[in-house]
Amino acid sequence: MTALYNDPVGHWVVVTVAIAVLLFVVLTATAYTVWFERVALGRIQRRPGPNRVGPFGLMQLAADGVKLAFKESFIPAKTDKVLYVIAPTIAVAAAFLSWAVIPIGLWYNVQYWIADINIGVLLIFAFSSLNVYAILLGGYSSNNKYSLLGGLRSAAQLISYEIALGLSLVPTFMIVGSLRLRDIVDYTVHWGPYTGPIPLVLVTPIGFVIYLMAAVAETNRAPFDLPEAEQELIGGFLTEYSGLKFVMYYLAEYINMITVSALAALLFFGGWYLWFVPPVLAFVAKVIFFLFLYIWLRGTLPRLRYDMLMRLGWKVLMPLAIANIIVTGIVLVAVQG
Amino acid sequence: MSETQGVTITKTGQAGAFGGEILTVNFGPHHPSTHGVLRLIVDLDGEQIRRIKPVIGYLHTGIEKQMEALRWQQGVVVTDRHDYLSPPINNLAYALAVEKLMGVEVPPRAQVLRVIMSELTRLSSHLVWMGTSGLELGAMSMLMYCFRERDAILDMNEEISGFRMHTSYIRPGGVFADATPRFLEMLDKFIGTMPGHVDEYENLLTMNPIWRSRTIGIGRLSPEDAKVLGASGPMIRGSGIAWDLRKTMPYSGYETYDFEVATSNDCDCYGRYLVRIKEMRESVKILRQALDRLPDGPVNVDDRKMLPPPREELETSMEAVIHHFKLFTEGYSVPAGDVYVAVESGRGENGCYVVSDGTHKPRRVKFRSASFVNLQALERMALNHMVADMIAIIGTADAVLGDVDR
Repeated sequence: MTALYNDPVGHWVVVTVAIAVLLFVVLTATAYTVWFERVALGRIQRRPGPNRVGPFGLMQLAADGVKLAFKESFIPAKTDKVLYVIAPTIAVAAAFLSWAVIPIGLWYNVQYWIADINIGVLLIFAFSSLNVYAILLGGYSSNNKYSLLGGLRSAAQLISYEIALGLSLVPTFMIVGSLRLRDIVDYTVHWGPYTGPIPLVLVTPIGFVIYLMAAVAETNRAPFDLPEAEQELIGGFLTEYSGLKFVMYYLAEYINMITVSALAALLFFGGWYLWFVPPVLAFVAKVIFFLFLYIWLRGTLPRLRYDMLMRLGWKVLMPLAIANIIVTGIVLVAVQG
Repeated sequence: MSETQGVTITKTGQAGAFGGEILTVNFGPHHPSTHGVLRLIVDLDGEQIRRIKPVIGYLHTGIEKQMEALRWQQGVVVTDRHDYLSPPINNLAYALAVEKLMGVEVPPRAQVLRVIMSELTRLSSHLVWMGTSGLELGAMSMLMYCFRERDAILDMNEEISGFRMHTSYIRPGGVFADATPRFLEMLDKFIGTMPGHVDEYENLLTMNPIWRSRTIGIGRLSPEDAKVLGASGPMIRGSGIAWDLRKTMPYSGYETYDFEVATSNDCDCYGRYLVRIKEMRESVKILRQALDRLPDGPVNVDDRKMLPPPREELETSMEAVIHHFKLFTEGYSVPAGDVYVAVESGRGENGCYVVSDGTHKPRRVKFRSASFVNLQALERMALNHMVADMIAIIGTADAVLGDVDR
């Protein structure tokens, strides 16, 4: 394997196969996340959720996908056609790109990744910022006031929460001393008799809380789902989209949901380490836990108003994140001398 | 209309407070949160509302006009359909008006059954309000929880009248049929479980910080404005005025029940929410009292000129056959005159003005619908709030568009 990887041609074969496998896995995972959300939300709301197509409704997403794929590719009049078509592809491409640097623990000492670079987290943030373009351009090019309002809201929201999201992770980087996700997962402590990797949430609990809230906003999920607040702005930036272009936005939203869940697991909950549980199961279980958290929030909480959301982002989360960085710095200096 | 880079904007030419221009947005009539087909032309300055112009008429069904072409007893069926979330209360307003013109008094059992149906309707109407309001502010599970209890009420409607929504149960001269033992059983069970369910809703919303921040201080309607604009029901009680027709102008024996008029001095969306929660609890109290006191006896007036004879009489009495024939061909006539009767529906004062010229059809029927009048207060409440608040405000105004347009 190593020989093949080091061969100039073989290298590209390995990487291409790895990308194909990952695309397949992430797409499938996304489809079942949608299924999981619909069933879990259904149970929260005392209804069965999808249960007709296939066993336990597991094929529902295939049915929905086929239905949406065969819809007419409609472009409303007076839209900016180029931007209108490009916007959803930006969303889905940016969402997939993040997975290039996310490592997945398959077995003990066996991990799967496409690019193992030393600025992994930074790259993920870079890609997730591209999402703003997708939403803003989609809202702008649709020739619809609701879309425009939704797009503008979302641009403001994503930019403000990205800052809190980024700052919430700085203490983690300061402690670990690396932006490579594998290093963060493998961060080893020597606490009395215990030597080994620990979930970093024990070290930076405040960072975790900020990350969790900012991540919900970053993925446009309830209770921060203002850009597509269907009761106010009909569909927000999605109003004029249908068929496959709609699917792309939808796909991007759920991939982003999995991405931030996976990041939460990797950055704060020790990635694939969980006692005696096989690594891949541990990782998947942690991701599912965070996905459920999102669904739970959506099933329970009312939506915040736009200005309240901005206030929370700028006046609560960001100062808290900065204070967290300062305190962590002081403690680090005190401990390490 | 001018086009700038793919976005069509209606230019009003007015300058907004934030340096931008006022944007006119058309909300509805097919907007998801306008409770049907309310259309609002809204001037937005940023996201703040500077002017709201409601446009109604998209659900005009000509109910009042239709009633002029129908015989007195046929009109009941149409009254079900204007405020389609509280049919029995609409029936009651019409039935009371016709009875007042004819000078008849329904028997005590019918009175109590009418109160039971009215309170069940108020509950189901409030449940729909709560579910949809929750949904509009993003608490989407509320809808499902509320519809669970509403379904129990619809099951009871079905049991007592054969219909789930448009019951036509309350009619001039009494009610459609006596309550079945199964209905009373269901009602008893419902009264037992409902308070727990209301607690459940309160757990989800009343102290929820997001819910509170979305409703407290939003959509203020001062008591003076409420009076001037003719608001009624939870709208005026949410502004601290204890105006409830069940207390102030009692009908169907409401004066004999022990219940409190829910009021709130908050004057905002949260106040109106609290009023409706309290009303649900009071309705359950009234239902319990009504069920306990339900007297035996007939449920219709004993007047062969107004209500058809029992089936068995038709086989032995020629008189009965004649009455039956006359009632189902010509109908009964109501003495000439006009009368206004108002009852308290889930939305407020549901009035019915009836003019009779002494024939077998009404000359004119006019409904004073609470939704229509309450909607007037919308601009007063929503001015200078944000778009998202407008949704909350439309929600707590609880207008049913069928009721607005009639």
